[in-house]
Amino acid sequence: MYNFTPIPSLIGGIIIGISVVIFFYTTGRLAGISGIFANTILNKKNRISNLLFLIGLVIGPLFYFNISKVQINFEITNSIILIFIAGFLVGLGTRMSGGCTSGHGICGISRFSIRSIVATITFIASGVVTVFILQNFGVHL
Amino acid sequence: MNEKIISLTCGIIFGIGLVISGMTNPSKVISFLSITYNWDASLIFVMGGAIIVTAPLFYLLRNNKNSLLGNEFTFPKKTGINFKLIFGSILFGTGWGLVGLCPGPSVSSIAVFNPLTLIFLISMILGILLNKYL
Repeated sequence: MYNFTPIPSLIGGIIIGISVVIFFYTTGRLAGISGIFANTILNKKNRISNLLFLIGLVIGPLFYFNISKVQINFEITNSIILIFIAGFLVGLGTRMSGGCTSGHGICGISRFSIRSIVATITFIASGVVTVFILQNFGVHL
Repeated sequence: MNEKIISLTCGIIFGIGLVISGMTNPSKVISFLSITYNWDASLIFVMGGAIIVTAPLFYLLRNNKNSLLGNEFTFPKKTGINFKLIFGSILFGTGWGLVGLCPGPSVSSIAVFNPLTLIFLISMILGILLNKYL
């Protein structure tokens, strides 16, 4: 398997889980990022607190980089049109279905929500198909 | 403790988790979705790691009404499986597969100062607005 990193991924996942747990236990809200992001834009309620969560998402990696000095890998397609279409679909799709990788994939699945399990299987399958089709057109990232 | 401080702290912890997990790198996410070519199963461990922490908490709190700050626990009200859930998930998965960014990592990747992430964020906002007025 290529670039397989089970240990750091597991540790990272546990840390994400700890964040979700603290956030839920204290505020009573689920840390689904697409929801927090959309509510920051559309909803006056908890706006500052949602915005601070998003700012934290940016500070976290900067903080980690400053402590560990491990370079943050970031390889992305250079096609602006592809990025634009992707962002649009992610914004529209996550709001239509009510969650993303964190909201459905983590919060929903751990509450055994059938809705979230169906959503997660669907978006992973759809992502797999998309990557497969792109690769057949010779687009490898 | 103030809700705003908690939000910022949880965002920071979440962001550190994302970067350690490797999910802030779009090409790593694409490798996870690429099951027929150089598959990288790491993302399963990210979701698994998070769920082994969150599932017991949700179970323990199932009968509690209020959070530590006194807010009512809020759960999504929708329960059924409908067209919007499936169609929205298909759209999201397609966008995710095109470049390898989902909402969390797209925000965290502001930290790498790559202007391409700003294009993603702007178009993501447009998608959110379209859904709002659809």
